[in-house]
Amino acid sequence: MVQLSVNGVARKYDGDPEMPLLWYLRDLLELAGTKYGCGAGLCGACTVHVNGQPVRSCITAMKDTAGKKITTIEGLSPDGKHPLQLAWQELNVMQCGYCQSGQIMQAAGLLKEKPKPTDADIDAYMTGNICRCGTYQRIRSAIKKAAGVKA
Amino acid sequence: MSAVYRLDRREFLGGLFSAGALVLAAPMALEGAVPAFMPTVYLGLEPDGTVVIVAHRSEMGTGIRTSLPMVAADELGADWKRVRIEQALGDEKYGSQNTDGSCSIRDFYDALREAGATARMMLERAAAAQWQVPLNECSAVDHEIVHRSSGKKAGFGTLVAAAAKQPVPAKADLKLKPASEFKYIGKGVPMADQVDIVRGKGTFGYDAKMPGMLYASIERPPVVGGSVKSFDGTAAKAVKGVKDAVVLPTFQKPYGYKQLGGVAVLADNTWAAMEGRKKLQVEWVGGENESFDSDAFRKKMSETVRSPQKAARNKGDVDKAFASAAKTHEAEYYTPLLSHAPMEPPAAVAEFKDGKVTAWAATQNPQAVQEAVSEALGIPKTDVFCHVTLLGGGFGRKSKPDYVVEAALLSKQVGRPVKVSWTRQDDIKFDYYHACASVYMKAGLNAQGRPEAWLQRVAAPSLMNLYQKDTMVLSPLELGLGFIDVPFDIANLRVENGPAAAHVRIGWLRSVNNIQHAFAIHSFVDELAHLAGRDTVDYAMDLIGPARRVDFSGQGFEHANYGQKEDKFPLDTGRLRRVIEVAAEKSGWSRNKSAPGHAWGFAAHRSFLCYVATVVEVKVDKDGKLTIPTVHYAIDPGQVIHPDRVISQFQGAAVFATSGALLGEITATGGKVKQANFNNYPVARMNEAPQQVHVHIVPSNEPPGGVGEPGVPTIAPALANAIFAATGKRIRELPLKKTRLV
Ligand code: FES
Ligand code: FES
Repeated sequence: MVQLSVNGVARKYDGDPEMPLLWYLRDLLELAGTKYGCGAGLCGACTVHVNGQPVRSCITAMKDTAGKKITTIEGLSPDGKHPLQLAWQELNVMQCGYCQSGQIMQAAGLLKEKPKPTDADIDAYMTGNICRCGTYQRIRSAIKKAAGVKA
Repeated sequence: MSAVYRLDRREFLGGLFSAGALVLAAPMALEGAVPAFMPTVYLGLEPDGTVVIVAHRSEMGTGIRTSLPMVAADELGADWKRVRIEQALGDEKYGSQNTDGSCSIRDFYDALREAGATARMMLERAAAAQWQVPLNECSAVDHEIVHRSSGKKAGFGTLVAAAAKQPVPAKADLKLKPASEFKYIGKGVPMADQVDIVRGKGTFGYDAKMPGMLYASIERPPVVGGSVKSFDGTAAKAVKGVKDAVVLPTFQKPYGYKQLGGVAVLADNTWAAMEGRKKLQVEWVGGENESFDSDAFRKKMSETVRSPQKAARNKGDVDKAFASAAKTHEAEYYTPLLSHAPMEPPAAVAEFKDGKVTAWAATQNPQAVQEAVSEALGIPKTDVFCHVTLLGGGFGRKSKPDYVVEAALLSKQVGRPVKVSWTRQDDIKFDYYHACASVYMKAGLNAQGRPEAWLQRVAAPSLMNLYQKDTMVLSPLELGLGFIDVPFDIANLRVENGPAAAHVRIGWLRSVNNIQHAFAIHSFVDELAHLAGRDTVDYAMDLIGPARRVDFSGQGFEHANYGQKEDKFPLDTGRLRRVIEVAAEKSGWSRNKSAPGHAWGFAAHRSFLCYVATVVEVKVDKDGKLTIPTVHYAIDPGQVIHPDRVISQFQGAAVFATSGALLGEITATGGKVKQANFNNYPVARMNEAPQQVHVHIVPSNEPPGGVGEPGVPTIAPALANAIFAATGKRIRELPLKKTRLV
C-alpha cells in the first residue's frame, strides 16, 4: 500500500508497485494533463512535481512515491493563473499544445531555483523537454515574461 | 453553383444546433462538383445570440480550428467572445476534411466569407423590416445590428427568429466587407484551446475515453507485411490487469491505411497492457520485406541516379548544350527516411456495437477513418462515426488511420470499447516514413559560370505504394513538389525519374518531397555560385531570371501546381524575387561577411503556392559544435488571415526542418527499423534549435497559399550552405550530424 498526496488530496494505491506514476495519474486518477511522450525520460512531456521538484513521471515507480506530495499541471495553481500559465497565453506559445503541460511544470521548477533566469539558464534547464512543434523561442520568451526579466 | 442555403434538415448535423437556430450552409465553389458532395461550411445563429461555427478541419497546432471560424465571424460582424466552435465529425458533406497539403484556408476562405455575409445580411434585413428603415442604413457591429442615423440597436439573438424568415440572399446581392473593415482577418484572435491547454484540460486522442473500455498494446510484426506464425499468451494473461490477448488479421498490400496485424494485449490500464505485451511469446513470418537493408538500398538508388533514366520534363536540347558547355559540374545528394514522431503518438478509442462503429481519434482525416474502418469491418461507411479530438501534432502521420482500424477491429473481437495507444517505439518503428531519396544534379556552364544545360535526376520510393502495390517511380504529384517545376530561366533543361521500391510504408511528411528536392537544387545552386565566384543571392536571382509567369507548356508534363489552376496561382518569379530581396535586406545579407566559424547560408523555394526565401546564420566552434543563432524567413503566402499563427507556423517549421536536416535518420536491416525512441531518433531540443526565427511577411493581395509546410524545404539547403561558408565542408548527405565539421 502506497500513500501519497496528489494536488493536495490524500491517495492510497495498492496496485503493481512498479507502475509508473504517469499511468496512475492518467488512467486511475483521470488526470490526463500529464502526457506520455516517450516512456523513457527522454522528452519531458510527463513532467510533474514531486515534493516541489520537477520529475519525469514515466520513469517514477509508484513504490517510490510513498509519502510524497505530487503536483500535476491541474494542480499547479488553484485558478489556472500561475504566472507561467498567463505568460503562455499572452505570447500564444502553444501550437498543438501536447508538450506544454510538461514544459510549464519544468519551467515552474526553474523559476523556483532561479527566479531571474538568463537565456543560458533556460536552455540548460529546459533541454530535456521536447516540443516537436518547435515552440522553443516562445517558451523562452514566456519564461522571461513570467519571471519579469527583459526579453 | 455555390449559393448559400438554409439548412432545414438539422438532425443531419448531429445536435450541434438547437431547434430555434438559424443554420446556413455555404458550399465551396468547385467546378463540376455534384451538389450533394459539395464541400460545405456550416454557420448557425442561436436564439441566445451565440454564433456557432463548425470547424471541420483537425487542429494539430496550426490554429486552423481558430482561423477558419474567425473568417466567418469577421464577415458576420460577430463578437469573437460569443462564437462557439464545434468540431465536426467525419462526414463527406464537409468536403475533404483531410487536414493536409496546407490548403484549409485556401480552399474554404471564400465559402466562409459568404456564409458570414449571408447571415449578416439576413439579420440586417430583419432589423430594417422591424424598424421600417432602408436596408443600407443598417449594419452589423460587434454582435448587434445598428441603425446609424437613429442609433437603434438590436442584438443578433433578438433578431434570429425574424432573420430565419428572410429569404436567403442571392450570391450577387452579398456585400463582402472591404479589407479595411476587417476586425479579425489579418489581425487574429487568441487560439481557441489555449486556456484549456495551459491548465492540462484539452482532450487529445491519447486522453479519449469510453465507458467500459479496455486498453490495448499491440506487438506488430517486426517487418512490415509479416504475420504471426504462432503465439503463446499465457504469461501475458497472467499479468495483473490483463484481460485478453488476441491476434489481429494479417496485413496485405497495398499498404493503404490498413492495420499491420500482430498480437494485442488488452487490459484495464495502459501499463498492464504494456507489461502483458512484454510477456508475449510470438513467432513471426517475415514476409517479402525481410531483405530490406537501408544501406544497400541507398547504394542502389545512387546507381540509379548515376545512369540515364526516363525523362519527365524536357526543354531545349540538353545533350547538345552539355556537349558545347565550357565546363560541367555534377553532384549527388542523399536524404534518408524520416519519421514524423509527433509529440503525441497515434491513439484512438473505438466501440463496435450493433454493427456500427463510434470512434474518438486524433486524426487529420476523419473521412479516411470512415473508409478504412468500413473496409476492415465490412460495414457501410455511413455506420462509422468519427469524432476528432485535438491532435498532439500530426505532420502527415495522422492522416493515415491504421490505429483507428486497430481499435475498431479489437472492439469487435472483445465486445467492449478498446483504446489503442501507440508507444513511442511503435510510432518510430511502424511509421509511414518520409521517403529517402537520391538526387543527381548536373550543369553545363558557359564561360561566366552560368548554366546552359541543366539535368536533375531523382530516385525515391513513391508514397503511391499506399494505393497501388509495387509502384516503382514517383508520381507526377510527387515530382511536382519542387522538382519538375524548378523555375529557373535555363534554355536546356531535363528532369529524369528513376525507379525505387517501397519496402517500408512511405507516407507524406510536412512538405513531403520538397525536402529532398529543395536540398539538392538549392545546395547545387550554391555550389555553382561558388564555382563562378559569385554571390549566391545574385546567382540565384540570375537563374530565376526576370519577373514572369513561368510557362511550362510543351515540355512533356502537366504542372501539378498543388491542385490549383495556373491562372489563379501561377508560378510567379516576381513574387519569388521579391521574397529573396526582402530576406536579403532583413537579414543584412550584404553586410554579413561569412568567415570561418561564423557564416550565413541562403535558399529560396516555392511550395504549396507560397514563396519563401531563407537566410540561416550558423556558428561552428573549434570542436565542431554547431549553433544556429538566427533564421530569417521572407514569405509571400498571399493574403494572410491570422498573422501570428502564420509566424508561429514558420517558427515551428524552422525547428522541425532543423531536426530533419541535422539529426533525423531511419535505417533498417533485415527489414526491421533500428530506431525506436528519442535517444536514437533525436529531434531538435531547445539548445539545438534555431534561437531566433524572424518571419517577414511580404504584404500581398494574392489568394491565400499554404503556410504549414512551406517553411520546411529551405532550411536544409540554407543550413548546409551556411556550414560550407563557415567550414569549407560541402555536405551532400543528410543528416548533417554524420559529417564532422572540424
Ligand atoms: S514521457 Fe516521460 S520523459 Fe517522455
Ligand atoms: S506544442 Fe506541439 S509538441 Fe509542443
